[in-house]
Amino acid sequence: MAENIIDVTDDTFDEEVVLSDTPVLVDFWAEWCGPCKMVAPVLEELAGEKAGKLRVAKLNIDENPRIAQRFQVMSIPTLLLFKDGEALSRIIGARPKSQIVGELDKHIVT
Amino acid sequence: MSDDGNVRNVVILGSGPAGLTSAIYTARGDLSPLVLEGEPSSTSDQPGGQLMLTTEVENFPGFATGVMGPALMTEMREQALRFGAEIRTEKAARVDLESSPIRVWLAGDPDDAPSILARTVIVATGARSLMLGLPNEARLLGYGVSTCATCDGFFFRDKTIAVVGGGDSALEEALFLTKFASSVTIVHRRDSLRASKIMQDRAFANEKIRFAWNSVVEDVVGGTTVEHLRLRNVLTGELSTLDVSGLFVAIGHAPNTDLFKGQLEMDPAGYLVTHDGTKTALPGVFACGDVQDHVYRQAVTAAGSGCMAAIDAERYLAALEHAASVGEATGGTSPSGLAASAPPSLPTAGATIG
Repeated sequence: MAENIIDVTDDTFDEEVVLSDTPVLVDFWAEWCGPCKMVAPVLEELAGEKAGKLRVAKLNIDENPRIAQRFQVMSIPTLLLFKDGEALSRIIGARPKSQIVGELDKHIVT
Repeated sequence: MSDDGNVRNVVILGSGPAGLTSAIYTARGDLSPLVLEGEPSSTSDQPGGQLMLTTEVENFPGFATGVMGPALMTEMREQALRFGAEIRTEKAARVDLESSPIRVWLAGDPDDAPSILARTVIVATGARSLMLGLPNEARLLGYGVSTCATCDGFFFRDKTIAVVGGGDSALEEALFLTKFASSVTIVHRRDSLRASKIMQDRAFANEKIRFAWNSVVEDVVGGTTVEHLRLRNVLTGELSTLDVSGLFVAIGHAPNTDLFKGQLEMDPAGYLVTHDGTKTALPGVFACGDVQDHVYRQAVTAAGSGCMAAIDAERYLAALEHAASVGEATGGTSPSGLAASAPPSLPTAGATIG
């Protein structure tokens, strides 16, 4: 995993995501999910390109079911964008980079 | 690898078993193929194709104990890369298959400047699974409605699920989902399944699987998540309610051929028509895999036809090169006899066939 992508868990989620000063894009994923694998490289690119303005976090739903449940994630990959502790945007399913960037740009200054 | 100018020898559209097998063969043949593998999606129209949404593939030869679909596709992709295929995670936005060289536009390319020029194009864009097309189905996508059983089955532990369809894909999804769900109801419009016998036997033997025969889904009902389905019996017209938290649809496929409308011949269902192996009516354009096959639709048949397309493309390029060298030797243009299948203006230097 790229060094500017953080791994978050049920236990670290609030501190790393909800209390973050920087907006955080959280990728809900699992090992057995094919489309999650296809979207992973896009997230690595975004983490590099938007460094300083956006953090990218990955949450393995297999190991961390509580957070997935709390945000009603019922399909993976799901991307949730958090800003000032609030989930502002939800992208369900793998998408091309252009669509993800388009959605992010509605909410964060780039 | 004489990619003189910027004209590619081989451009492959699609990266399922057909596309990647053609990439492996043309890469080993030193034709340095470019693969436009598609864009991430949670439907079957994505890099790696339909197998990215499957679990265990039991019938691909060479894997005695089975192989996971995404793992098989990752291996095929690595194999293509190993021999020098270039793979881009993009889709063709537009093609001009009748020009010479063939022109391929990526998203954002100006009209007069397509990014890619090619001597041959192998079309392997596959087929995508169909949805029911109900407004509430789209609204509840990700909230109980899923396009990917392997991705989302996990979220339906001890819940009730419906799978719509009666073929192998529907039964495969239903059987997979019984690992999580308390019950899986297969909703099918007829009173018998068209799935293979082995899959039917497994489904009938599974005590978590039930059947709603002669039934179609009229509506998906739910506020923020799926609560129940409204079913209609096609024989009696009777309406009923099926309480489920999850809906998975496996009612069939449509070929990804919109890009080629008006350029390539298609059958009434939109599948590409090929002849003499993988040839289309246009010189230098070949088609393989599910985009031209609604009969067999297997990973192994797709891979087989991908190999055929690679060989057909290689021979076509060899004929071009031969024509060019004869042309140079005689100081003339191409011999008129050659080219039933060659474009009118031949490239000046041919491909190196490995």
